[in-house]
Amino acid sequence: MKNLWKTFKQGIIYENPLLMLMIGLCSALAVTSNVSNGIGMGLAMTFVLLFSEIFISLFRKSIPSSARMPIFIIIIAAFTTMVDLVMKAYFPELSKSMGVFIPLIVVNCIIMGRVEAFASKQKILPAIFDSFGMGLGYTWVLVGIAAVRELLGNGTFAGLQIMPQSYQPILFFILPPGGFLVFGLFISLNIWLKKRMQKPGKERA
Amino acid sequence: MDLMKIFLIALLVNNVVLMRFLALCSYIGMTSDVGQSIGMGSAVTFVTVLATAATWPLYHFVLVPLNLTFLKILVFILVIASLVQLVEFYLKKNIPGLYAAMGIYLPLITTNCAILAVTFENIDYGYSFIQSIVYAVGVSLGYLLAMVLLAGVRDRMKTSPVPKFLQGTPILFIASSLLGIAFMGFSGLIK
Repeated sequence: MKNLWKTFKQGIIYENPLLMLMIGLCSALAVTSNVSNGIGMGLAMTFVLLFSEIFISLFRKSIPSSARMPIFIIIIAAFTTMVDLVMKAYFPELSKSMGVFIPLIVVNCIIMGRVEAFASKQKILPAIFDSFGMGLGYTWVLVGIAAVRELLGNGTFAGLQIMPQSYQPILFFILPPGGFLVFGLFISLNIWLKKRMQKPGKERA
Repeated sequence: MDLMKIFLIALLVNNVVLMRFLALCSYIGMTSDVGQSIGMGSAVTFVTVLATAATWPLYHFVLVPLNLTFLKILVFILVIASLVQLVEFYLKKNIPGLYAAMGIYLPLITTNCAILAVTFENIDYGYSFIQSIVYAVGVSLGYLLAMVLLAGVRDRMKTSPVPKFLQGTPILFIASSLLGIAFMGFSGLIK
């Protein structure tokens, strides 16, 4: 149980897919101009990750290692198609504003990376915890970046007006360069957090 | 829409990396020197155009008549993956010089989201075959341009004093942000 919890925690800070491993960046920056897109993308990604990891860990003994890449891609693509179709049917607005980035989950390196490095070698339970950890790690960064960008660039949070009416929105943060800037600062913050959290542990040991 | 406009929008106004955040992994990962970034950029250009030439007819002449358009994601990714393999074999056997120059980048390209995005967008925007090819060339040259620009900036960065809290990857994103601001100037180019 302790190990499972550790696996879960890994994804959130120490091995955060976006801030530490620097993978899966494309979608993370593109959809974060507002919070609802960030949450939608985070959930879609977690769903695909969870089911791909479950399936691959379930069939890990019967997948020949020489043909594993195409098999992984097909499994991931199948779940991505599901998410894409569900989004189009039930959340047409959200799906439209995210555009091509939903189908692009299929080439998101986070999924391929976790499936290859983790799910293909582990039992189902650790794989589920890993996918939740990674998914949550991805989602919190997305929502965090989106919150900063939407608040400063539009004065709102998930569509609700937060800043006073007199606040003049800084359009820069909604535009692409603002995404790069905020993301750079988030990485810097995460490095600082990691250092801070490691220090007391070392002193005790 | 005329071809020149499609090309310029894809190349500068909606630059694939700086304005649309596609292919960021390789943009950050492969720009530590200029030569490498040119190699990766030209390999991507080559494969993007080939992938467009393969997926556009496949979609319009096979998937649409058979009513299988929902399989687009699955089919396109498999086509691109096998195309990359084929190109790799072909180059290795017939044009070893070119293979030596860009062969090592080819396997990385399968998961480059810019290529897949271009093939999807050609369908979504309803481009004709010629327009799709022009769009593919524009997008991938835009990618090459952004790669070379960042590689140049990184060369300079090696000798400049970077603030301590931004050292490593954060400063790359700050630099990209500045490049992005510069590219926003192009938005006045197309009326």
